[in-house]
Amino acid sequence: MVLLDVRNISKRFGGLQAVKAVSFVVEQGMIKAVIGPNGAGKTTLFNLLSGFLLPDTGTILFNGEPIHGRPPYQAAARGLARTFQHIKLFSQMTALENVMVGCHVWSRAGFLAGMLHLPRTWQEEREIRESAHDLMDFFGVASLADIEATSLSYGQQRAVELARACAAEPTMLLLDEPAAGLNMRETADIARLILKIRDRGVTVLIVEHDMSLVMNISDEIIVLSYGEKIADAKPGSIQKNPDVVRVYLGEDDA
Amino acid sequence: MLSARHLPILAFIAVVIGVQFLAQLTGKEFFLTQLTMTAYYSLVIVGLCVLMGFAGQISLGHAGFFAIGGYTSAVLTTLDLMPQRERTFIALLVKLKVIGVRPDLYGGTVLTIHPWIACLIAILLTIVIAYAIGIPVLRLKGHYLAMATLGFGTIIYSIVLGTQRFGAADGISNVPPFQLLPGLSVSGASGARIQNYYVAWGLVVVAMVLLGNLIDSRVGRALRSIHSAEDAASAMGVDTARYKLNAFILSSVLAAIAGVFLTHFNGSIGPSQASIMKSVRYVAIVAVGGMASLWGTLLMGSILNFLSLRGYFGIFDDAVFGGILILIMLFSPEGILRFNLIGIAKQFLHRVQGSKDAA
Repeated sequence: MVLLDVRNISKRFGGLQAVKAVSFVVEQGMIKAVIGPNGAGKTTLFNLLSGFLLPDTGTILFNGEPIHGRPPYQAAARGLARTFQHIKLFSQMTALENVMVGCHVWSRAGFLAGMLHLPRTWQEEREIRESAHDLMDFFGVASLADIEATSLSYGQQRAVELARACAAEPTMLLLDEPAAGLNMRETADIARLILKIRDRGVTVLIVEHDMSLVMNISDEIIVLSYGEKIADAKPGSIQKNPDVVRVYLGEDDA
Repeated sequence: MLSARHLPILAFIAVVIGVQFLAQLTGKEFFLTQLTMTAYYSLVIVGLCVLMGFAGQISLGHAGFFAIGGYTSAVLTTLDLMPQRERTFIALLVKLKVIGVRPDLYGGTVLTIHPWIACLIAILLTIVIAYAIGIPVLRLKGHYLAMATLGFGTIIYSIVLGTQRFGAADGISNVPPFQLLPGLSVSGASGARIQNYYVAWGLVVVAMVLLGNLIDSRVGRALRSIHSAEDAASAMGVDTARYKLNAFILSSVLAAIAGVFLTHFNGSIGPSQASIMKSVRYVAIVAVGGMASLWGTLLMGSILNFLSLRGYFGIFDDAVFGGILILIMLFSPEGILRFNLIGIAKQFLHRVQGSKDAA
């Protein structure tokens, strides 16, 4: 089943065509990666998908529903969660509280219920806390629950950010360069976590620079170059694709 | 069901009662008047604390909302409808007890709107205005938002200062007592000092319970997440525009309620209540109280407002708050009552260990 259906989306910033008529689909249950050299339009594509940018042309269907042109919180409410290239944990909140914010989309208490602290509200609050705890446990960071999130190490922050994104119980998770700033061991840890996320039934779309990460865990890979899609295939054939090799190794100049 | 989270509230109630007895025992019962006024200003300040400290949105226009509450109630409860009493609409309102006859100061009788109704109208009007102002200005961030709310405060100040119906520079006086329940009213009568003191601080206790609950709830986390990283909050499904607007409205309503009550307590309201200096003062107190600390804000607000109302700052009253703002921004923009004791202890331990390792 097609979960994400991107059709012909483009985005221009002044004189720069950042994304040019890109189309692709993501099947439910797979890990798909978007790679490309710096400036290929990966992050722009990512921001278009998560509602942070408005496409100039094209449509984005998630679960058959158009999601382009809607604010990011609505994408999240529909089951599309994301992480950030530069980790954006909430400062002055503990790691656990960060993950609890992730539970926002499926919980209900509003201003009045929050102020009155009704039995229904604290029941829900307990569910949120338990579910956040379970997720931190799942990602191996349960022991860090009460530490201020932004004081954790980079690798730990990545894991907390993944837990926070998964707390929204998304059907699809968008990961923006999850290995950025991580060493080889931490990258391997993240790869394992991403596979675990997929095994929970969450479809994953990764934008990544680190070839070793995506080659090992992706089911399919899209290659972008100067905003255009130049390949969309399984990792094995991507490595043999002459266009891709040229883009990455610069055979042009040879 | 008492737990640790109720302890601060209980301690607060104990302090409120203790201060009243202390004032009684030391023969300084007249202090209760300023303490009552302090309570109402504290109500504004803790509301602003939720908006500024937790949601991270500044407002330099909250004296405006205080004035909207106070002036609405003052106008409605002093408007004599006696000449119009024959009109069917007015007669109907009299029958519904929305309007009632009361004696005026000079022995005559006037037909005015009941303070409860006036209070409700003041709150509704505040919600409408906060909504209308909040939608456009809350798109702004940082000092742009500060300037836009400053503009709003200036408008309200000019309106109350320049409108004859609002008493222009003199304001509105002869505002009647606000009878909350039979035998319990908000008024400046010196015989009712103690009951007024408890009404005012009772309101603050209720506000602290409600706001404390809010901060610890899903909504409180959403507000703090907006403060910290708005785009990440949005990516987690928080409708940031709506949450900011609701926090703005909530704090405006608290300011308006404070305005209504203080106006009935004083029996009058003047344009100085809407002045920019008042708004600046509220912001300065939230800052000095630790921004994201309801209790710190309440403590600093109570002390500073009481000292100010007792006249300890003399002619430098406004200057003191301006000075506080400068010092806070220079040395501790996060507020001074927010020492992260655990963090400091950890840093200290690290340093000790570091020097050991080096040795």
